Amino acid sequence: MTIFYDYGWNRLNRIQNHFRKKVDEVYPASDSVVGSLHMAHTERRDAPELPDFSLLKRLARDQLIFLLEQLPGKKDLFIDADLMSPLDRIANVTILKQHEVDKLYKVELKPIVSNSDQLCFLIRPRIQTVKWISDLVNSDKVAGRFRRYKIIFTPQKFYACETVLEEQGVYGDVTIDEWNFYILPLDDDILSLELPEFFRDNFLEGDQRWVTTAGSALHLLQTVYGSFSKVYGIGRCAKMVYESWRELMEEGEQRTRQPEFAKVFLIDRDVDYVTPLCSQVVYEGLVDDIFRIKCGSVEFGPDVTSSDKSIKVMLNSQDKVFNEIRNEHFSNVFGFLSQKAKNLQTAYDKRRGMDIQQMKAFVADELKGLKQEHRLLSLHIGASESMMKKKTKQDFQELLKTEHSLLEGFEIRECITYIEEHINRQVSMIESLRLLCLLSITENGLLSKDYRSLKAQYLQSYGIEHLLTFANLRQLGILEEQQAGETLTVMESRVGKLVNDKTVGKLTDAFSSLAKKSNFRALSKRLALVPKSGEEYDLRIPRDMAYIFSGAYIPLSCKLIEQVLERDGWTGLEEVTRMLNGQDFAVTGGSGSEARNRTDAQRIVLVMFLGGCTYSEISALRFLGKERGCRFIVVTTAITNSARLLEALLDNHA
Amino acid sequence: MAFVTANWNPLGEAFYRKIELYEMGWNLKDGLRECLVAAAPYGGPIALLKGHNRRSPSARPQLEIYSSSGVPLASFTWKSGVVKQLGWTVSDDLLCVQEDGTVLVYDLFGGFKRHFSMGNEVSQSQVLETKIFHSPYGTGVAIFTGALRFTLATNIDDIKLRRLPEVPGLQGAPTCWAVLTQDRQSKVLVANGSHLFVLDNTACTHVTPPGLSPQATSIVHMCVSFSYKYLALLTDSGHVWMGTSNLKEKLSEVDTKIKSSPKQMAWCRRPKSQQPSAVVMWDGLLVVVGECNETIQYHLDDDSILVPELDGVRIISGTHHELLQEVPGACEEIFKIASMAPGALLLEAHKEYEKESQKADEYLREIKEQSLLSEAVRQCVEAAGHEYEPETQKTLLRAASFGKCFLSNFPPEQFVIMCRDLRVLNAVRDFTVGIPLTHTQFKQMTVQVLIDRLVYRKLYPLAIEICRYLKTPEYQGVSRVLKHWACYKVQQKEESDEIIAKTVSVKLADAAGISYSEIATKAYESGRTELAIKLLEFEPRSGEQVPLLLKMKKSPLALSKAIESGDTDLVYTVVMYLKNELNRGDFFMMLRNQPVALSLYKQFCKHQEQDTLKDLFNQDDDHEELGNFYVKSSYKEQRLEARIALLQSAVDEYYKAKNEFSAKTTEDEMRLLRFQRKLEEEKGETLVGFSLHETMTTLLSVGLHKHAEQLYKDFRVPDKRFWWLKLKALAVKEDWEELEKFAKSKKSPIGYLPFVEVCIKHHNKPEAKKYVSKVTPEQKVKAHLAVGDMEGAAEAAIERRNESEISTVLSRCSTTTDQLLMERLNRAKATVAKK
Repeated sequence: MTIFYDYGWNRLNRIQNHFRKKVDEVYPASDSVVGSLHMAHTERRDAPELPDFSLLKRLARDQLIFLLEQLPGKKDLFIDADLMSPLDRIANVTILKQHEVDKLYKVELKPIVSNSDQLCFLIRPRIQTVKWISDLVNSDKVAGRFRRYKIIFTPQKFYACETVLEEQGVYGDVTIDEWNFYILPLDDDILSLELPEFFRDNFLEGDQRWVTTAGSALHLLQTVYGSFSKVYGIGRCAKMVYESWRELMEEGEQRTRQPEFAKVFLIDRDVDYVTPLCSQVVYEGLVDDIFRIKCGSVEFGPDVTSSDKSIKVMLNSQDKVFNEIRNEHFSNVFGFLSQKAKNLQTAYDKRRGMDIQQMKAFVADELKGLKQEHRLLSLHIGASESMMKKKTKQDFQELLKTEHSLLEGFEIRECITYIEEHINRQVSMIESLRLLCLLSITENGLLSKDYRSLKAQYLQSYGIEHLLTFANLRQLGILEEQQAGETLTVMESRVGKLVNDKTVGKLTDAFSSLAKKSNFRALSKRLALVPKSGEEYDLRIPRDMAYIFSGAYIPLSCKLIEQVLERDGWTGLEEVTRMLNGQDFAVTGGSGSEARNRTDAQRIVLVMFLGGCTYSEISALRFLGKERGCRFIVVTTAITNSARLLEALLDNHA
Repeated sequence: MAFVTANWNPLGEAFYRKIELYEMGWNLKDGLRECLVAAAPYGGPIALLKGHNRRSPSARPQLEIYSSSGVPLASFTWKSGVVKQLGWTVSDDLLCVQEDGTVLVYDLFGGFKRHFSMGNEVSQSQVLETKIFHSPYGTGVAIFTGALRFTLATNIDDIKLRRLPEVPGLQGAPTCWAVLTQDRQSKVLVANGSHLFVLDNTACTHVTPPGLSPQATSIVHMCVSFSYKYLALLTDSGHVWMGTSNLKEKLSEVDTKIKSSPKQMAWCRRPKSQQPSAVVMWDGLLVVVGECNETIQYHLDDDSILVPELDGVRIISGTHHELLQEVPGACEEIFKIASMAPGALLLEAHKEYEKESQKADEYLREIKEQSLLSEAVRQCVEAAGHEYEPETQKTLLRAASFGKCFLSNFPPEQFVIMCRDLRVLNAVRDFTVGIPLTHTQFKQMTVQVLIDRLVYRKLYPLAIEICRYLKTPEYQGVSRVLKHWACYKVQQKEESDEIIAKTVSVKLADAAGISYSEIATKAYESGRTELAIKLLEFEPRSGEQVPLLLKMKKSPLALSKAIESGDTDLVYTVVMYLKNELNRGDFFMMLRNQPVALSLYKQFCKHQEQDTLKDLFNQDDDHEELGNFYVKSSYKEQRLEARIALLQSAVDEYYKAKNEFSAKTTEDEMRLLRFQRKLEEEKGETLVGFSLHETMTTLLSVGLHKHAEQLYKDFRVPDKRFWWLKLKALAVKEDWEELEKFAKSKKSPIGYLPFVEVCIKHHNKPEAKKYVSKVTPEQKVKAHLAVGDMEGAAEAAIERRNESEISTVLSRCSTTTDQLLMERLNRAKATVAKK
């Protein structure tokens, strides 16, 4: 264990030192390691074409414009803070202004300053926001001010919101519309619902309001891009989403079209909590962990840009440099970047000895591209350096070592000591919590003694309000005390008495998902998630999806997808699904596409993560796709990582 | 075929024809005399109110409704107030405008639907005149009141009353007026003597028609074309002025030489017609005026009314129903005497062909030589569409089909579609159905609307037949008709619930996109709740079931349906409804039996009603949640006393929940808060709200070591934590002396490596070196490396004979400066490896 990952990180240190020197001397001349670089993600030539998702943006934009036109004349637009970035990707300020939006404001739940006679609110259907709007309308009424109000809920309205309007007595004063903006394409193969609250609402609060939204999103994809031949899924929410989708399918008109995707896989986030809780070491994931990618773009601070201003960069396949390193293990990135820098230098050097004509052609054809590449390259180099600094300062190696030991179930006592020290030193509130959760899931809960002492220490470090955080984590089953006493069945029979027979089944489901055991160790063994220790893992030439965690662990979520696609169903995985609390399904679609031969579409698989997925998982799927000669399209309720996941469960400021 | 032109009359360049549509099926003793008549456009139904002026209760007026062919649809005695005007809506509903401004709405079969008022002002000043008009926004009503003002509603389904500005100088009823739709709003055009005004929302504008003959002293009649584009004015001098309705352009002016006031005037113009023309009707006389000075005159035997259509005027009398229109271009080309148009030649060729004469070939050649055969076919097809007699249609289509044989690339769509359209049109023109649509009208109104009309007339089988024949998508076609049928079916009171439910489900079984909830709503509205519930069972979408169940007050059923659906929003709908309907106790009881609903309601309360949330937890004796609730409320509290009180409540609840751990922790928190406050008062440091750890850090950083020690003891802080804390705090202060004292105070529970690292972190190498010697042997190498002492590190590693440590040291050596050391290390490594 120690050997291979030391290999990765020590080597990295070396390359880094070497690299930094060279960069200072205006691009390096040679690097033997780079010469033999074998990138994990050069695209296969027979990879199928992906459908054009920009259509979704166009649809959303047209509908928004239509809605804005419904309120003719000048108007001020108030936008929910978390809708700002997605909106920017759909319709920029110029387009809004063209449709008579006068001023733009962010919804801050405070009294407003606006002179406009028409106010338009573009919001998520949240009670809080609607309450704020009601207060606004009422205060205008008191002041004897007449205005028109229009609320545009996106992606849909909820009854509870309308109830609030009714209770506040302003239902007749506002007009309500829905902007069915379900999906934001973040990249060629990433579609996001941009609903981070999905995770907490659905898995913690037991509020399934977003299920229909997810169903509608799938329905939208189906109507625009054609039907699917087969649907697989695992998890309670996945099942409900499928049901909701199926209802929509039956309701609407059936159009038989050549499908653009072959298969759909739905997966609940609570099937696999381990993967999002691990530290990410693939470039894109690492950027997300450190700089936080927001809606596909990231803001690099002065430490990266080595100037005094921050720069916003879009991170997607359009960025040629990024596209080549996003899926790489971080230890490979430096090598690649230096090679790239060298090539760039060569390209620049071509200028020497050119005559006027050649020079002219060079300036016209190549220079702009080179400059662009130069700019991107220096940004990513800056980002890598900054990451390097941060990650060594905090004893990243030690941290990774602990994580890997936990995954492997090895030297648990030492891990607990490490976590204890981590808490005692107040290294980071979220990180400590993350390690505690990883410990609990991999060990099927903590021994009572450990649980209490760690919890007490945590509360001493970060405050008593985390009592509620712990209650949430326990409810979700990701940080638990091993219990001998009261079992599930006792609880069930107690509650069962209160409920009629019909709902008892559903209830049992609910409880089993609440109090489920993670069974991580057994699953890991069964699916061979953790490679044998001591084996050398060459990160330059990945063998399997484990490369995204330095060869220490194959993400459970992706492994399940791989297995199901390979077997064309769940047969043979019965024991695995039992450990994951059942709830698996596989349905053949209506389009009877068995007859169709292997067209491109047959090799495109749509994976929907309910509750969010990480960039590492996306990288793993891209790797899998490359191995299998297919392409994956990821639809997720939001991009997540360990910090976002845990922050959603905190209850300290509510 | 020569007789095709028998009913043609020339007017200027064009011809006009009058076709008989039906011999009326009704049997009216007095014809249309003394009747208030309203006939809907697009061959719609006709309503008659006989004797509407009678006011004595012994002889009440009679309201009768007929199809366009005079087949009776309904008849009943009018018992409401005095009717001023009848009119039809776009969806075939009858509007009866009463004197007091109330408008009653009836369906096609005389069933009362609803009524609405045109406002107080109208009911006080009474209706003098009224007009019912159609616009893109629906059917509208315009009223001229006794107060000499106009009130107008553009869409009766969404009534927004507008009172138009006053007309200057108006003393009584205007001589004539009309409603027109322009620039997305409805305006009224009023003539008062020779003055003409346009009234819109805001202003009354005086206008002058360009080139109106100066002899006129008064405008006695006006009419607006079907498309609202053109206007015709009749003056007291007998002149008809025709122009655009925006009064920018004059098209023509014709002297009728009749100075008496007409009964009715209407535009007789079709899209793409050659000239503007209007029809004016006096007693017994009908005059068509166009661009030239001549007119066409028809004698009328009977009282008649004119019904303007998109492409002509229908004339309904007591016995007959006729259509007057300009002869369409294609028909004129083909049938005009001695026409040499390609279509005419093709028709001739086909005739000869049927006679087996070689002349057919001659005609064909003639067309082909001019390469006009496709034009000829097109003309024949088009003309067929405009002809009313099936025989003529067939002849023309046969000729077209014949011509097509000699064309290689002629697209078949036009011909095929025309055949289909005509078949449908002939079916609906049938006397029993009585919808005399022209092809132009049919194309304008679309198949969907035609099917609606058939459905309003309850002609379900015909509607379904047409849908199937035209291959209308099921969703818009057959399913829609079936739904209407079912809605009608559930209102039949004589049949039992079971039978109706069964018939409906059998008929609708395999139709796509049927909404059972709509049918159930109808059943419920006609008072059949049980049937509605039965029908709802067939509804696959819970989203549709639930609202109706609520309306029917079946809330428990609605709640369980909503929960079964898994749609949270739906559950909310029911829960919020119940919250307002039931008293609190019953409401909570109902929720208790539905855990899903309960958890959602809690969710709602968390945002909206904190107190209700507490009550809910109380009711369930959920002490754990209550505890959490109090802890949460405590943060929001600013005052310390209140905060501690809330925490005390939390402690009590945690004890009740047997959660000793949480209780103890909360008690600790209370103690901490008190301690913090005391210290704040004494020392003036901000502390309240900090965690234990933060508090201690703060205390140590300001040198209050004793108090920190006290917390350390009181709260049983683990030694390790305390050491870490103090170590970091001292390092931050760079109080190296105190740090050394601390290190020596007793044996460090965290070892001495952290001391080394902390010093290095604060860039104090000399201080760090002091602790290197105290580090345990296992960490020696690390400690030496941390202070940058390569020699020491090498020494320690070699001493410990640990291969991996030696490698670590090696990797840190620089090839230039540590040459010797590296050799030594390599040698040591080799010996270690041997063993």
